[in-house]
Amino acid sequence: MDFDLSDEQRMLQQTVSQFLDNECPMAKLRQLFDDEIGFDPVLWKGLAELGVAGIHLPAEYGGSELEILDLAVVAETLGAHAAPVPFFSHALASLAISLAGSAEQKKRLLPALASGERIATIAFSEESDGWLPEQWTLAAGATLHGAKERVEAAEHADLFVVGLAGGKLGVVDRSAKGIEIQRVESADRTRRFGRIHFENSPVEILAGAGIEAARRVVDVGLVLLAADAFGGAEKLVATSVAYAKNREQFGVIIGSFQGLKHQLAEMAIEIEPSRALYWYAAHAQDHAPGEASRIASIAKSHLSERYSQVARDATEVHGGIGYTWEGDTQIWFKRAMFDRVMLGTPRLHKNRAADLAGW
Amino acid sequence: MDLSYGKEIEAFRGEVKAFLKASWPPTGEAAKGSKEEQLRRFRELAISKGYLGRSIPRKYGGSEQAPDPLKGQVIQEEFAAAGAPMEPRGIGMMMLVPTLLDRGEEWQKEKFVRATLMGEIAWCQGYSEPGSGSDLASLKTRGELVGDEWVINGQKIWTSSAHEADFMFCLVRTEPEAKKHAGISYLLIDMKQPGIDVRPLREMTGGAMFNEVFFNDVRTPKDWIVGNRGEGWLVSRTTLKHERNSIGNAGQMTALLDALVATAKRRKIDGRPAIQDPEIRRRLVEVEGYIRAHQYSGFLQMTKDLKKESPGVMGLMNKINSTHIGHRIAKLAMEILGDDGVVAPGERNLMGAEMDSDSTWTNYYMATVGIAIAGGTANVQRNVIAERGLGLPRDVAADRSK
Repeated sequence: MDFDLSDEQRMLQQTVSQFLDNECPMAKLRQLFDDEIGFDPVLWKGLAELGVAGIHLPAEYGGSELEILDLAVVAETLGAHAAPVPFFSHALASLAISLAGSAEQKKRLLPALASGERIATIAFSEESDGWLPEQWTLAAGATLHGAKERVEAAEHADLFVVGLAGGKLGVVDRSAKGIEIQRVESADRTRRFGRIHFENSPVEILAGAGIEAARRVVDVGLVLLAADAFGGAEKLVATSVAYAKNREQFGVIIGSFQGLKHQLAEMAIEIEPSRALYWYAAHAQDHAPGEASRIASIAKSHLSERYSQVARDATEVHGGIGYTWEGDTQIWFKRAMFDRVMLGTPRLHKNRAADLAGW
Repeated sequence: MDLSYGKEIEAFRGEVKAFLKASWPPTGEAAKGSKEEQLRRFRELAISKGYLGRSIPRKYGGSEQAPDPLKGQVIQEEFAAAGAPMEPRGIGMMMLVPTLLDRGEEWQKEKFVRATLMGEIAWCQGYSEPGSGSDLASLKTRGELVGDEWVINGQKIWTSSAHEADFMFCLVRTEPEAKKHAGISYLLIDMKQPGIDVRPLREMTGGAMFNEVFFNDVRTPKDWIVGNRGEGWLVSRTTLKHERNSIGNAGQMTALLDALVATAKRRKIDGRPAIQDPEIRRRLVEVEGYIRAHQYSGFLQMTKDLKKESPGVMGLMNKINSTHIGHRIAKLAMEILGDDGVVAPGERNLMGAEMDSDSTWTNYYMATVGIAIAGGTANVQRNVIAERGLGLPRDVAADRSK
């Protein structure tokens, strides 16, 4: 029994954390948060040079061929730092190609994705609640006609992995004709959305696998969101505790008041045990295929709800400054909003987990 | 990350399984005599195999095994699966025996440890008093040394199983001149004597598990003290040296959730099985999320234990996590029972088998409030987490000690 991270996994987290401390300190994060586009290619390139873009991809295409847990621990670190990079969508899009692409497609597409030289994203969601493969309706022909909603990094991705009817996956190049991208004002300004409209756009079907591949992509995505939520929520607990130890009222630090102590304790109680939940969900993706989908849905709904609540509490703990644009808490508050909705709200995933239990 | 127990432990599991298959329930020669005799023989056998009494030296009746949390876990899993009895439940094995082993005199260990392990004697804990709950060290029950005996006067409350206990381990103020914590001694008291009056306290569930205990010139020998005079507070804090069992509790939670699902399949809401109600389904998953997090945190804590690392703030949260999960299960059970949530509670049973009867759930609905209070209220737990876990300042309490 060794339910813990390996030294290598800890090192990976430390490396990414240190990089972000240096290259994306708060001033830089705030600048990107307020920026019109909010994307810094240099920051992405730096992360990619650490190997972050290809952790999960086969070695023969330039990846590190590690497990989903390795990917998830990086997601946790990025979540803690509120990193404004398209890691999540890029990881899923490249995973989709590596699972469902033909040998030729993988050879052609993956190396540039593993190195981070090109950015890929996923276009799954449709008008409402259309996140799951069995819900996708966009017809899979030689060309696409229709729209995809809530596509992260739509404005700077080079490649779109599109969810199609029947749980099929297709790849559309950004340079393809008939693509129109509309910016959506996103609450979370560290991960922005766009809407993509396809009009007669040529699509390349990833025909190497069936709907199972699409499900696995979604399941891994749920785990990554859970990990991001854990990282962000734990960070909020830490910054709230630090604030309570620093801020004085009535001549003493506010962290000495029992009302606040209990609120902070409850925040920690909500979050701390779910570290093991996301670890297990990540581990299951590679080692317990029978329960992988269900535990992914449980982890995502649980952690995104806990993160949302802790973000509200953290804002309250910080008082007036917590409610301002100038305060930093709002950045994580809005990351929680992204994590809650992306790949389906807690409602959708609780329904899915209940269905999968056979209840 | 590796969730298997490893070859050696799985081989050990095989031995335990084979032992249980042959020995429980007792058959043939072993099935002769009263239930108590059968139980006693089984425990002796299990101790001789090294499955029970593992942290207790051989000379006091235990099997004196090297601490091994995984073996401890496997034993618990397999005994539970076979429905076989382990060490006697209750406060004697949980609190008194580890305390005696750590701080007791030789004769005290010889006299009490084996008998407690074999279930021949039962204990109760005399800590709380009417005016001393969370502020336990303010306790007032007096002990005076008169000749060769302590003479004890005062009152204890919330004393679980005092009506069944043979002995009490008790915190008594023996040094009235000393400071609050330094004036307390840890005494052992024979419950079967005049001067002790045990009165049951009826719980809101209707059951009566705990009691008030009145002492009127109760006597106990001078040397029935554990540790020195005035050291009782420290003695009572003796760390439990048992093999940590962080998974067991999550197993009970999972059994409760299974029972709740069974209840939801049996009960109807709006004319169809409650399990088909979308809100009930989602709330079941929500509760399961908390249980799974608690369960896997148990894996993590066991791993830390094996590596001899500190579990950190997580280690302080187990009680309040169980409490919160209990509240959530209880409230959801009431939702599933619907209008039958007005029925009076039935027999107390928190252990699964008959859990899905309606009146057991109404009992559980109330009993979970008790869990939130017993052994340190949720608010005391929050203080501990905030102070020891998060490093926030201690509450103002000039007379507090460690």
